[in-house]
Amino acid sequence: MKNPRVALFVTCLVDLFRPTVGFASIKLLEEAGCDVVVPRQQTCCGQPAYNSGDKADTISIAKQVIEVFEDYDYTIVPSGSCAGMISKHYPALFEKNSDWLPRANKLSKKTYELVSFLTDVLGIDSVASEFNGTVTYHDACSGLRELSIHDQPRLLLSSMEGLHLRELDDANVCCGFGGTFCVKYADISNRMVETKTQQVVATGADTLLAGDLGCLLNMAGKLQRDGVELNVRHVAEVLAGMTDRPAIGEPGKD
Amino acid sequence: MTGSIPSEFKENVVRQLADEDLRQALTKSKGHFTGGRQKAKDNLPEFDALRDKARDIKDHTIENLDFYLEAYEKKVLSSGGYVHWASTAKDAQEIVLNICQSVGATSVNKGKSMIGEECDINEALEAAGINAVETDLGEYIIQIRNERPSHIIAPAVHLTKAQVEESFRETHTHLDPKRVLDEPLTLLEEARKVLRKKYFEAEVGITGANFLVAETGSSIIVTNEGNGDLSQLLPRVHIVLASIEKVVPNLEDASTLLRVLARSATGQEFSVYTTVSTGPRRDEDLDGPEEYHVILLDNGRTGMLGTEFQDMLRCIRCGACMNHCPVYQSVGGHAYGWVYPGPMGAVLSPGLLGVDEAGHLPNASTFCGRCEEVCPVHIPLPKLMRHWREREFERHLTPSSYRKGIQLWSFVALRPNLYQWLTSLQMRILGLLGRRRGRFTSIPMAKGWTKYRDLPAPEGKTFQKQWSERS
Repeated sequence: MKNPRVALFVTCLVDLFRPTVGFASIKLLEEAGCDVVVPRQQTCCGQPAYNSGDKADTISIAKQVIEVFEDYDYTIVPSGSCAGMISKHYPALFEKNSDWLPRANKLSKKTYELVSFLTDVLGIDSVASEFNGTVTYHDACSGLRELSIHDQPRLLLSSMEGLHLRELDDANVCCGFGGTFCVKYADISNRMVETKTQQVVATGADTLLAGDLGCLLNMAGKLQRDGVELNVRHVAEVLAGMTDRPAIGEPGKD
Repeated sequence: MTGSIPSEFKENVVRQLADEDLRQALTKSKGHFTGGRQKAKDNLPEFDALRDKARDIKDHTIENLDFYLEAYEKKVLSSGGYVHWASTAKDAQEIVLNICQSVGATSVNKGKSMIGEECDINEALEAAGINAVETDLGEYIIQIRNERPSHIIAPAVHLTKAQVEESFRETHTHLDPKRVLDEPLTLLEEARKVLRKKYFEAEVGITGANFLVAETGSSIIVTNEGNGDLSQLLPRVHIVLASIEKVVPNLEDASTLLRVLARSATGQEFSVYTTVSTGPRRDEDLDGPEEYHVILLDNGRTGMLGTEFQDMLRCIRCGACMNHCPVYQSVGGHAYGWVYPGPMGAVLSPGLLGVDEAGHLPNASTFCGRCEEVCPVHIPLPKLMRHWREREFERHLTPSSYRKGIQLWSFVALRPNLYQWLTSLQMRILGLLGRRRGRFTSIPMAKGWTKYRDLPAPEGKTFQKQWSERS
C-alpha cells in the first residue's frame, strides 16, 4: 500500500519557540510509515484573531490554510488547540459560505492532532524510544475537550521502557494560558498556573509533559520563576526519543 | 450594598485575588461541587440523554415563548392568581411595592431569588420603609453583611465559617456573647431561631421560580432548607418573581429538567424540597396565601431572542459552569461585579446590561470549555463569549493597542514570506540573547507574561528556517 502523504502543520509557536517538536513530529510520522511534507506557505492557524473577535482576519487566514493544506492525505498538527481550530472551528467560520464550506469540511476531516493520529488512525500502540524517569501529563483543554485526546498519549507513554507515569490531580483543569488571556488577564492567569504547578510538584515527577506548546511555555515559565527543578517537554519529544536537547526554558549545553 | 461593577472587572480581580479568606472558602467548596456532580452523573446512566432532552425542551419552549407565556397566564388567572408583566427591573420594583402597599405590609419575607437580586428588590423595599428579610441561610448571611451573592445557588460560598460567626455575633446582639458558635450546625441553629420569629411577622412573601408550568399555571421552587415553603405559605400574599424564560410546557417537562438541575448543581439526586404552588388558598386548603401574584420579568431577554445569544435563554441556573470554571474559582463571584457570575454571567450580563458595561466578562476566559462540558442544557458558553468579543471588535470597543496588535499579527500571518523573514530574524536574536540562561525574566514588550513567569527562550533558528536549509 502507498504511504500516506502527510502535511505537517508546524504551528507558529513550535516554529518560533521549539523547532525540536517539529522534528520530533516528523520522526514519529516517518517511523509510522508516512511521507511527510512541510508546506512552505504556512504561518498561523488564526486563533489569536478568532478568539479576539476579529472575524474578518480569521476568515482570511483560514482560507490561506485551506488552500495550502487541502490536497494532502492528512494534515497533522502537534497541538490540540491548533488542530481543533482547523477541524472544529473552520467549518463553523464558513457556515454560510457555500464556496468555502465544502473545502473547510474536507480539510477538517483530514486534520488530526499528532498523537491521536498515530494511535487512532495509524493504529500504533507503542513506540521504541526509551526514557529514564518519572513523568506527569497535563491534558491541554482543546485537545481534551474538542478532540477527546486523553488515553492516546498515555497509551504510547506507557509503552516506553524506563518511563513511569504519575497522574496529575486535576489534570483536566486549564493551566491559565488561554492564548492572549495570559497577558490580558495576567493576574488571574497567574493564580491558575500557580495552582497547576503546585499540583505538578506534588506528583514528585521529574518531567512535565503536555501536547500543546502554549500551555508548556506557561507552566515552564512559572516553574522556573519559582525556582522549581523540573523538566518541561512536549510529549512528542519524549515519544520520539529526542530528549538530548535542553528542556523548555533550560540553557543550552555549550 | 457594598459591591463592584462589571466595567471595573480588572480592579475587582486584584482585590479578590488578595483575599485569603476567599481563597480558603473557594478551595473548600470546589471539590464538593465538582465531585458531587461527577458522582451523580456516574450514578445515572441516562444522564447525558436527559441533558439532550432538557436542551430540547428549553429550545422548544423558547421557540414558542409567546404561546407558552400566554397559556401560562391564562392558567394562573383561572386558578385565581394575578399576572403582572414587567419590561424592566424598575417596573418589577414598582409592581412589588404596589402589591405590598395595597396590603399595608411592613415586613416581607424573601425566599432566594436571583430575579430579586437583578431587580434590587430589597433596596426598593427598604427605601419604601418595608423590612425585607432573606430566609435562605446563605442569602441571610450576605444580607446582614450587606453584600451581593457571589454564586447563583450558594450565595455565601465566598465566606469562611469564621467570617459567618463574626457577622452573627455582630448582628445577633440580643444573644449571649459567650455562646459557642464554631460549628456550621450551631450557626444554622442560630439563624433558624432568629428567622423563625420573622416568618410570622411578614404580610408578604416573595419567592423566585425555578420553573413556571404553562399547563397548570404553577410555579416551582427547589430549596434545601424549606425556607421557601414558609416564606410563601405563611404570609397573606405570595409574590412569585420570575423571568419569562422560566416557563416550560408541562409538569412532565419540569420533572425532566428537575432531574438534571440538582445533579448538576450540588450533586443531589433531587433538592430536599420541591414545592409546586398554584394560585391562592382554595376553600378546602388548610393554609396558603390569600393572594397569589406572578411578576414576569423581561429586562432585556426578548432582545436576545432570534440572535446568536438565544441559546443562553436555556439556562436553568444550576451553577455547574461556575463550579467548574477555573477563572471563577480563582477570583470568586464578586469580581464579575453584578448578579450573575462565572461563565453564564459572562454571556448573560452583556445581554442584559450591554456589552459596553460588561465587556470584560466574556473576555476573561481561556475558552477551556469545561463550562460547556458540564452544562445540563448544552449551552455553548465559550462560543457565545466569542460572539460578544466579535461584537466588541466590530464596534471598536476592544482596547485599541490590543486591536492593533492582533491586526498586525494577522497582517504578518497572511504574508508567509514576510512572516518567515521577520520571525527567523527575531527568533535568531532572542535565541542568542536567551541562550545562556534558557529564559528571560523580564521583557519590556511582554510584561503581562514576565510579571509572574519567566519566558522560555526560543531555541534559535525557526523550524522553517532549519527545514529549508535541510531540504
